[in-house]
Amino acid sequence: MSQTLKFKLETDENARQSPVRLVVVQGEQRPAVEVEDEPQVMTMPHLLVREGIALITFSLLLVLLAIFVDAPLEEMANPQKTPNPAKAPWYFLGLQELLHYYPPLISGVLLPGLVVLALVVIPYFNINLERKALWEENRARKLAYVWVSVAVLSAIFLFTGAHPVWPLVIPLWAVAMVMSLPAVFPQQGRFILWLGNRSLAFWIFLWFLIASVALTVIGVAFRGPGWEYTLPWRDGIY
Amino acid sequence: MATSRSILEAITRNRVYRSIVRRGLADTNRNRSLAIFGNFFLHIHPVKVNLRAIAFTRTFYLGGLSAAAFFILVVTGIFLMFYYHPSVPRAFEDMKDLEFVVYMGLFLRNLHRWAAHAMVALVLLHMVRVFFAGAYRPPREFNWVIGVVLLLVTILLSYTGYLLPWDQLAYWGVTVGTNMADAVPFVGEQIKFLLLGGNSVNENALLRFYVLHCVVLPALLVLLASVHIWRVRKDGGIYLGSPGGEEKTSGSKEDDISTESKAAD
Ligand code: HEM
Repeated sequence: MSQTLKFKLETDENARQSPVRLVVVQGEQRPAVEVEDEPQVMTMPHLLVREGIALITFSLLLVLLAIFVDAPLEEMANPQKTPNPAKAPWYFLGLQELLHYYPPLISGVLLPGLVVLALVVIPYFNINLERKALWEENRARKLAYVWVSVAVLSAIFLFTGAHPVWPLVIPLWAVAMVMSLPAVFPQQGRFILWLGNRSLAFWIFLWFLIASVALTVIGVAFRGPGWEYTLPWRDGIY
Repeated sequence: MATSRSILEAITRNRVYRSIVRRGLADTNRNRSLAIFGNFFLHIHPVKVNLRAIAFTRTFYLGGLSAAAFFILVVTGIFLMFYYHPSVPRAFEDMKDLEFVVYMGLFLRNLHRWAAHAMVALVLLHMVRVFFAGAYRPPREFNWVIGVVLLLVTILLSYTGYLLPWDQLAYWGVTVGTNMADAVPFVGEQIKFLLLGGNSVNENALLRFYVLHCVVLPALLVLLASVHIWRVRKDGGIYLGSPGGEEKTSGSKEDDISTESKAAD
């Protein structure tokens, strides 16, 4: 780095007299400049052909779907006639299911807001946590932290809502148990080793993912009139 | 073979063709490079790609397919706009016309509807894929943030479109959602009024959702998706670290754990 002094930062604005020779190599910021011994191919045709195949296959599937399955259309909107249940589109039914447990301020504003915030900070919050595999050191203390958090979260979701929120709690327990395996059985086989190398963010995201899918599936298929439980194979999908 | 090749060559040597494409057949690596960086649409790609980066199982092409779904939605959406009036009760009657009067109208509407559902699903799956690949880490962190905004825009696009048929499903689906706005502390009622142009879902809401759905949100999505895909290149292309967790950044402080993880994979 002592070489740096040889360079002069050009500020003259006449581009003919002081031609700019620009080299920007920001080591860590630009993995593009990393020299790697990777097998490479030409984009044309190798990538373009693959993209073409993906595009055509996907379009074909959609066209077949559109030929054989009609988009739903019910009678004209009628503000006087509330359907029971009145369901939002599928990607909101996880939230609508939460509405069954918590008042709208929590299930409709606070929780979705927190989810979006959590998604945004993932890459920033992850940096410090990723340095070490989770169980590498302080195993006993971390195990205690994890299970105390699980207990607190379970208590919150079991007792603060109008009903116990099992779709959040059961995935929480399942994920926490799998997550703890490497701490309880250290160094037993490749799978446990792989689990042990996952970060905390990985486990939180996994819980979020399973819980969202569970809530959405319940909202789509297992809720009927009055938001009571139904069985889709018995009563159909509302 | 020989004749079809000579025909192709004759076409590509033609002066008009050259004024548009400026190169001959893509049968040399020079011309193959020109095919990419000499083309406005293709230059989102690098000229050469790592073989591992284009393997189907790395990305499942989920980002690309999200864009493909959006493309299909734009095309079918423009056709639908020719037949649609955002007013009550014309909107609903137009749906009936699409079904019974317009040539291929039902197919058009079906394709738009299924592509819309597919796009939401694909974008969600793309996010999950990126997360489990660990591809959100530096230097790609801001592209992840752009992605989160893209996800929100995609969902809003789908949701504003949901109202347009003006049937019971549309009306009550949107009523359930916009009632949530009431729960926002202090400004809830104002937000809802702003969104709906009234206190409940009515003709003003239909017009607002129509404008958002056909103009504002698609424009925003095109803008953000362009930046997003451009940044994929600028951030060094598709992330090639080991799947699942550990980062493989040569020359960084994390080398010690990445060797361990490679052994584990
Ligand atoms: C309209 C929505 C979106 C479009 C059209 C889109 C498009 C793309 C494309 C074409 C790629 C190239 C690789 C691939 O296909 O996986 C990509 C990569 C990426 N996307 Fe998206 N994306 C969208 C939404 C999102 C969302 C919701 C997120 C995350 C919250 C996200 C985060 C990323 C990241 C971090 C990369 C880099 C991945 C890597 O380097 O391996 N994108 N996107």
